[in-house]
Amino acid sequence: MLRSRRLPEYNVRIDTDTCTVCKACVIQCTFDVFSYMKIENKISIDESKCVDCHRCMIYCPDKSISITPTPIQYRPNASWNKESIHNIMKQAESGGILLTSMGCDKPNYNYFDRLLINASQVTNPSIDPIREPMEVKTYLGRKPDKLTISDNNGDSIIETSESPQLLLETPIMFSAMSLGSVNINVQESLAMAAASSGTYQNIGEGGLHPRLKKYAKNLIVQVASGRYGVHKKYLDTGAAVEIKIGQGAKPGIGGHLPGEKITKEISEARRIPAGTDAISPAPQHDIYSIEDLSQLIHAIKEATEYSKPVIVKIAAVHNSAAIASGIARSGADIIAIDGMRASTGAAPLVMRDNVGIPIEMAIASVDTRLNQEGIRDKISIIAGGGIRSSSDAFKIIALGADACYISTVALIAMGCTVCQKCHTGKCPWGLTTMNPSISIRINPKMESKRVANLVRAWTLEIKDMLGGMGINSIESLRGNRHQLRGVGLSEQEMEILGVRPAGI
Amino acid sequence: MMIITHNGHIIAIRYIYVFQFFNSSEIKLSESARQLVNKPLKSVQRQNNPYKDEKVIDSCSIFGMMDQNKKLFAGNDIIEASASMNQRANGLGSGYAVYGLYPKYWNNYAFHIMYDDKEALDWGSKFIESNFDIIFDEEIPMDIHGIHKHVPIMRRYFTNIDLDNLDEIKEDEYLVNKCLEMNTSGKGAYVFSSGKNMGVFKGVGWPQEIAKIFRLDEYKGYLWLSHSRFPTNSRAWWGGAHPFAHLESTVVHNGEISSYGTNRRFLEMKGYRCTFQTDTEIFALALDYLQRKHQLPVEIIAKIFAPPLWKDIEKMSESERNLLRRLRITYDKLLMNGPFSIIFANHGLMVGLADRLKLRPIIAARRKDMLLLSSEEAAIIKILPDIDDVHHPKGGEPVIARCHEGFAS
Repeated sequence: MLRSRRLPEYNVRIDTDTCTVCKACVIQCTFDVFSYMKIENKISIDESKCVDCHRCMIYCPDKSISITPTPIQYRPNASWNKESIHNIMKQAESGGILLTSMGCDKPNYNYFDRLLINASQVTNPSIDPIREPMEVKTYLGRKPDKLTISDNNGDSIIETSESPQLLLETPIMFSAMSLGSVNINVQESLAMAAASSGTYQNIGEGGLHPRLKKYAKNLIVQVASGRYGVHKKYLDTGAAVEIKIGQGAKPGIGGHLPGEKITKEISEARRIPAGTDAISPAPQHDIYSIEDLSQLIHAIKEATEYSKPVIVKIAAVHNSAAIASGIARSGADIIAIDGMRASTGAAPLVMRDNVGIPIEMAIASVDTRLNQEGIRDKISIIAGGGIRSSSDAFKIIALGADACYISTVALIAMGCTVCQKCHTGKCPWGLTTMNPSISIRINPKMESKRVANLVRAWTLEIKDMLGGMGINSIESLRGNRHQLRGVGLSEQEMEILGVRPAGI
Repeated sequence: MMIITHNGHIIAIRYIYVFQFFNSSEIKLSESARQLVNKPLKSVQRQNNPYKDEKVIDSCSIFGMMDQNKKLFAGNDIIEASASMNQRANGLGSGYAVYGLYPKYWNNYAFHIMYDDKEALDWGSKFIESNFDIIFDEEIPMDIHGIHKHVPIMRRYFTNIDLDNLDEIKEDEYLVNKCLEMNTSGKGAYVFSSGKNMGVFKGVGWPQEIAKIFRLDEYKGYLWLSHSRFPTNSRAWWGGAHPFAHLESTVVHNGEISSYGTNRRFLEMKGYRCTFQTDTEIFALALDYLQRKHQLPVEIIAKIFAPPLWKDIEKMSESERNLLRRLRITYDKLLMNGPFSIIFANHGLMVGLADRLKLRPIIAARRKDMLLLSSEEAAIIKILPDIDDVHHPKGGEPVIARCHEGFAS
């Protein structure tokens, strides 16, 4: 590779007055910013390697380290900012696709912040969730059009058969993160949190680690284009099976696990050679059309004896509404839609930041289309990609989703600072690295508590917002766009979102 | 037109509104109605919801009384009871539903129609004539002496449907279609009740005032509902008053449904149109969907509108738990969330229900064969001081009053 001409992005300083040269920073930094110079008995710094993850600052016992964005800037230019210049330099040096991770970090694609929630005043009372029951239990799965009930000596007997359902104690689920994108300690933390919170963890495409088997009741297993680790036992293990067609962070391309992260453990789970890039095919090669999807859904249902719901996950793209309508008719029980701000363990920068549409628009248009066609009850909707807070989750349900997927949020709960270096396999917080000496930083017992705490806190906040608008059960929020108002949105955007402007 | 009614009085006509509704998948609409349903009902919405709020909010008093032997009785008591709860209303809308009203025409569809003006009257009368066999029609008798407000023209028609011309479309659906067609015509004609041997009387005014205008003391019925209104965001319009009728069911309602958006979206998916933008309309449409189309008994419907809490469902026996769980999952979007109490009625049936937290009042009482439902106990005691039994139903617990079997209506 050619020599880099980029300036360091961060200044890293150690306050020598307080530093005791304990070498904690040398141990903590996985990007080798710090090294110990024995003769001088001091720490040397290579700030060009710093990714601004804050691991060293947090773990410095003397709080002697500071990291600041470098004050040296290129000449101000609206077109040619630091990022665009650096990206060009990087590609000129390497000749390759720019790889990145986490979700799109650009502004302007967010609608959550332009939607406001209603509350009750006078004509109907708000409900106090501390003193009154407040229900957030959610069932996902296909609903019959009608229940036929017959009377048998005073007992009502339901004659309509029931499709398999997923029961959620709270409408928040953990989105797919495969073994390989995150390590087993992270997966186990999430599985423990899912079990204690009464929700589900999607284990993604990468096989099932033996340590997760005991949480099988709370796992969703994924069938993606690479088909890594898919066999009958694997399908039988999960509470539901998800067919992954697309991912919000990189619609149109397959999974991407850089060779740096294919350790022996991962190579065994995925049955591929260690150290090679694991790039799943862009499409599933047995799904070139909707009828093929329908066949795969039914093949999975046959294999699992119609005992569990089948989820189809798609990325939010321009014609999501039409695609969702097809999926609802193809036999799927649940559709998961992943918005363009969704995160990833590795994706080409150009895909992450430019392809797809925001989840708010996708859910609004999908829910509207399914309603117009009278088939909304045939399928449940999970929304993912860009949900940052309980209010985002709340708003997406009001726009029409049944539940939401979170993943970045769960990683942040476990320490992630969104430095966007997952693809390097060096995650200093021990989350997305496969290096056992670093992944040990995640203790599932402790980290699962943080994740479960977060789910609990969000659930409480959702209950507060529900009670505020005088609703005591989450089903009365679903698609209840009357409870939302838009600010700073164009008329057409409001029409798509199905909301009125604030004030009327 | 002047006609002699069953009780010998000459009657004038008045107006009605009917609330709309149709189901695209199940009801075959005529081409003209199909075109109409794609357009907003501007005239109806403008009158009922002039400020274009998302929905019309009102608070109210409700009252219902039924003789289980279907013995006919006059409306004096219910008028007095309703008037005794005037502090729950503001005089901007009252109404009554009466069952067993037209024994002479018991097997004819009794249309109550309100017209904005003479032109509408001519159009509406022709419309009815061309679509139904009119047995008899007349103005609804009204006493507007001393009333200084605009009173729409009200007329009633007793009709048959000539089934031979109907190509297997069921009578109900034909009737619904025609009411829809009339109410979406934009001509200023509104059907506000169309059932057999029953009728709705309603308008802008206090309960005693509306009773006087419609000369309700001259009618008898075995089941009466009344409603008095406190609209907070709509200007008074005669069609906006309760009860709301659909075929032979009627609903009176007190409260505000916070789940309105969800409920409405669901009903619209099922092909209904929410023309009046009121919670009450939601109840009426949901009742039609569950009762007529899904053939569910009222006991079950009450559990859909106001289901038990999940934590209570979990404590029930397995068969009960399974039933209630399936009901909640399947009909989740018809859970009526937020404060409400309603009374809905049909021939031989009167049901009272309050929301599951009981944020609106409903009291049940009995005296011999007379069953009463009211917003307030005081209103019952006012007319029947020596009641045998009073019951304060819990939230979500339906009070179901049925007539004894064997009495023809």
